[in-house]
Amino acid sequence: MTRKILYRGAEAEIRLAKYMGKTVVQKQRVHKRYRIKEIDTQLISYRTKEEAKLIAEARRHGVSVPVIYDVDLLNGCITMEYLKGRRVKDILNTLKEDERRRICHLIGESIARLHEHDLIHGDITTSNMIYYENRIHFIDFGLGSQSIELEAKGVDLHVLMEAFESTHSKHPRCFEYVLEGYTKQLTGDASGVIEKIKEIVQRGRYR
Amino acid sequence: MICLGIEGTAHSIGVGIVQDVKGMCQVLSNRIKTYQPEKGGIHPREAANHHAMYIASLLSDSVQAAGVDFADIDLISFSQGPGLGPCLRTAATAARALALSLEKPLMGVNHCVAHLEIGRGTVKGCKDPVLLYVSGANTQVIAFAEGKYRVFGETLDIGIGNCLDKFGREIGLGFPCGPKIEEYASKGDEYLPLPYSIKGMDLAFSGILTASVAYARNGRRLEDVCYSLQETTFAMLTEVTERAMAHTEKQEVLLGGGVASNKRLREMVQMMAKDRGASFFVPSRDVCVDNGAMIAWLGLLMYQSGERMSLQDSLINQRYRTDMVEVSWRD
Repeated sequence: MTRKILYRGAEAEIRLAKYMGKTVVQKQRVHKRYRIKEIDTQLISYRTKEEAKLIAEARRHGVSVPVIYDVDLLNGCITMEYLKGRRVKDILNTLKEDERRRICHLIGESIARLHEHDLIHGDITTSNMIYYENRIHFIDFGLGSQSIELEAKGVDLHVLMEAFESTHSKHPRCFEYVLEGYTKQLTGDASGVIEKIKEIVQRGRYR
Repeated sequence: MICLGIEGTAHSIGVGIVQDVKGMCQVLSNRIKTYQPEKGGIHPREAANHHAMYIASLLSDSVQAAGVDFADIDLISFSQGPGLGPCLRTAATAARALALSLEKPLMGVNHCVAHLEIGRGTVKGCKDPVLLYVSGANTQVIAFAEGKYRVFGETLDIGIGNCLDKFGREIGLGFPCGPKIEEYASKGDEYLPLPYSIKGMDLAFSGILTASVAYARNGRRLEDVCYSLQETTFAMLTEVTERAMAHTEKQEVLLGGGVASNKRLREMVQMMAKDRGASFFVPSRDVCVDNGAMIAWLGLLMYQSGERMSLQDSLINQRYRTDMVEVSWRD
């Protein structure tokens, strides 16, 4: 089997592999020496299981995600579709404002689809979105969960707000665009979540 | 250039005198006095009274220890925020009075950024780190990006030091509780499950605090509770730091703040860095805790990059966020 490491993230290695004749991506969570075995084993198997579950759920509700081929809980490995696109992190700053707005609308719409079905991504950053065939694909649901609570949805969007502030600070309207897309897509009223985000910001230190 | 810095954001009042030697920070003296509450946590007004009582003698001691004259000092800097209002005002008042009487320029600096800059200034090889800043009030993962020091992750509720102190108080340990908890933890061996609370690169400690207190009240071995508390919160801190390193693609990690004195936390962050092939740095203890030298060093960097502060602009800011600072001294 040919294995090429595409990316070494904080908690997993992303590598290219062959699976039933197809080129696939394997996300292999790696053991961390710094944490005790009890925490390490629990986190790896829990996150692998949750991630696979959430990706499958997200797809059911029309959010673009990679197709999952195999889940190996024991080894903390998910085998999934290889998306040849580019990370939104790498393209967002280079776009014209109109196009940036369009992309952010797409992001907001996808998040609304997730939240409408009580799916919390847990780590919405532009590093975790792949732009491929004119769609935004969400990856890395490793910190995700399912929740009906406004709080969880607010925190989910707040993570993205902070990612924009730290990584795309030159384009201050991105988050506003995301909320436009989010509000438009959501069948219910988005104002509750938007108020919640403000509350979370205020809760932070020195705000 | 010689700069005298006054730190006074929380429980410590410190005076440090530094000078630059080929772009690195040479600490000439660094004196700290720490307020010890009789019971409970820091009482802001009492802490400020403590600072007012000691600042004058600290100033003369520091100048003497540094082997300089007041006349040799080129700049006075002080911690402008974030912190406790009464404490900040005491330090700022002392700095203004000194600057006016010596007829020297004044510079207010951000305390959190000072923790990062003193690492770059005093630790060889530390050039562009991700800082894990862990103290009583603050828990932030900070790195330089797009022209500013940006907060990639931070606590959503209480600081890690505050979490440890509150737990310690509940079980009857005196302030500061960190060192005592560390000692208990070193004798623990059974891991008691605690919530693991990470949201993106942010953290929350209050649920872990509640659960740990519950374990202690239900008669679990204190050693095991302390062990579990440390292992869980430190694993979270190390994980978000690693996430920030992966996200920013930086190859250095720096520790700062009082909780950085904890040996287990150091060990974990160091291990993480090693496994990533990254460098691990921790400043010497006297400049790692709240201290005047780091305030002096940041003031010096700002002044040398052309920044000036008028007396009118020297008001303290209790909510002075890390990402509000315009970084004029780095490209």
